[in-house]
Amino acid sequence: MTDQAEASGGNRPAAKTRTVDLVVSLLILAFAIVFAWDSNRTGNEWASDGPEAGYFPFYLSVLMGAAALYGIGRVLLAKVHEGEVFVTRGQLYRVMQVFIPGVIFCIATQYLGIYVASFILTAGFMIWIGNIAVWKSVLTALIFSFAMFYIFEIAFNVIMPKGPLEAFFGY
Amino acid sequence: MEAFNLLLHGFEVLLTFDKLLLMMLGLVLGVFVGVLPGLGGPNGVAILLPLTFTMDPTSAIVMLSCIYWGALFGGAITSILFNIPGEAWSVATTFDGYPMAQKGQAAEALTAAFTSSFFGSFVAVMLITFLAPRVADFALRFGPPEFFAVYLLTFCSFVGLGKEERHKIVISMALGLLLTAIGMDTVSGQLRLTFGFNELLRGVNFLVAVIGLFGISEILLTMEESLSLRGHAAALNPRVILQVWKSVPRYWATLLRSSAIGCWLGVTPGGAIAASFMGYNVAKRLDKNPDSYGKGRIEGVFAPETAAHAAGTSALLPMLALGIPGSGTAAILLGGMMVWGLNPGPLIFVEQKDFVWGLIASMYLGNIVGLFLVLATVPIFAAVLRVPFAAIAPMILVSCAIGAYAIQNAMFDVWMMLGFGVIGYVFKKLDYPLAPLTLALVLGNRAEDSFRLSMISSEGDLRVFFSNGLVGSITGLALLMLFWPLISAVFEKLRKKPAVGAA
Repeated sequence: MTDQAEASGGNRPAAKTRTVDLVVSLLILAFAIVFAWDSNRTGNEWASDGPEAGYFPFYLSVLMGAAALYGIGRVLLAKVHEGEVFVTRGQLYRVMQVFIPGVIFCIATQYLGIYVASFILTAGFMIWIGNIAVWKSVLTALIFSFAMFYIFEIAFNVIMPKGPLEAFFGY
Repeated sequence: MEAFNLLLHGFEVLLTFDKLLLMMLGLVLGVFVGVLPGLGGPNGVAILLPLTFTMDPTSAIVMLSCIYWGALFGGAITSILFNIPGEAWSVATTFDGYPMAQKGQAAEALTAAFTSSFFGSFVAVMLITFLAPRVADFALRFGPPEFFAVYLLTFCSFVGLGKEERHKIVISMALGLLLTAIGMDTVSGQLRLTFGFNELLRGVNFLVAVIGLFGISEILLTMEESLSLRGHAAALNPRVILQVWKSVPRYWATLLRSSAIGCWLGVTPGGAIAASFMGYNVAKRLDKNPDSYGKGRIEGVFAPETAAHAAGTSALLPMLALGIPGSGTAAILLGGMMVWGLNPGPLIFVEQKDFVWGLIASMYLGNIVGLFLVLATVPIFAAVLRVPFAAIAPMILVSCAIGAYAIQNAMFDVWMMLGFGVIGYVFKKLDYPLAPLTLALVLGNRAEDSFRLSMISSEGDLRVFFSNGLVGSITGLALLMLFWPLISAVFEKLRKKPAVGAA
């Protein structure tokens, strides 16, 4: 894992903590505004029998928005996180190495079922990202996917998304 | 004596072949989960929860709580042998545990860790056995206003006593409460915050969020650090174990002190992490030779481990007696109880005797069996850590996805889990605390319901929260907790002034 990561940019920062903190605070503020707007629509008054449905969400949004504004102010004025690196390029690359396969796995699950997708994910991840021998990877992935199928489908009766392969074998 | 009889009944419930098997399975899975960095108590319990959906509640809780004990034991293995805390509450164990392993005393350190874990849990379970039924009995008198006051107290103590930046605690908690508001409003039947998306009608499931926030985000963080694991080998032989056990009575003061700290912090929503540090620091401060800590003192292992386990166990007391979890893992167990169709709260001691006492009996048995199990299997679990992370990461990812899907049979939940994974990753890196978010997610609806039920009965009069001595003092305590930082700052000033005057 490490050789590839170093080859692709190493320790140069991909994002500063200040920037990320600011962006996250802004996003939270945006969420707070949207939530407050929707709660206002639902009704945020105090009726005779107590608060309306939107009362709590409205004031929680206001509270969250205020806290986010405070956070923005702190980052801009108090100069916190000066010079701190949130994530380096090498780190971001490694995080993406697991996140992107994760997304692909979810998409594959929708079409192929979770067990086939899990075989592809495990085998693929071990071969391409772990640089582990192909036979070891495929064998591990096969055993793992079968074990999962057995545990959930047969032993514990928990229903999972299944695809054409399982249908072919009559499950 | 009544508690004792009920406990015996609990053992009767527990001592069947099936349940003992599930217990062993849970312990092994738990140690496994505790040893792997990137998984841990709350994550492990959340991911393995779907396994229990089709079990009866008693078997389910026995297995899940054993996963929890196993994870508590397992965290110590990685901290001592690899200097990587498998759990946040094992951080303090690395201070002296790893130096001991470096000096070739890994076996002593591990025995000390497991023994003190066992001791801490045992004290806490005794506390639960005798105190929880009384608390529950007392809480039977609670109506909606009292319950809301207790929820308020829980939330306020997080804000007031939290170590993170205050605005981040507030954001984390408000976000959790807002997420629970999504979907159908239980009182008026109106739709809230769904913005026309059908998938949001169900609301945000607590367990889906937890699996993402803890499980997925930990994989991302572990990948980022690209851990290269280099640990010390350890084989435990009976001679070393007996040697350490013989020395245990010498440390009785440390053990008892740490147990007390742990029980106290576990019951209040502060949790095992704070307890382990406090246990360590108090032991260090009271020692004649504090500088020798951090270089491999066996007390430095005893103190934090006892406290962490006492806290981890006693966190189940408010969950059982009041339906309020004292820790993240307790919150997930509570979520599980709702899935199995139980209604957490004081009534459970009346309505579900088998469940409650089976659980308490399994705490005793699980800890004893767990102690011998980990002592016997340390080398195997230490070997687990040499499995490349590239093989483990996809398997954890798949298990998370299975867990998230199984809760409501919804693919949307799997996507939501990935989203929460990203939120968890960013929040952890920016020091947003996740515990208030978790707590808010599990308690949000119940808190709002109890508030609005109180309002309906009092016809919208807020004074209902001060209407009698009980509810008034809980509400008062909650407000005290909320403004604690201000109050303690004022005290600090008042104390300094006379000192300056005297000088």
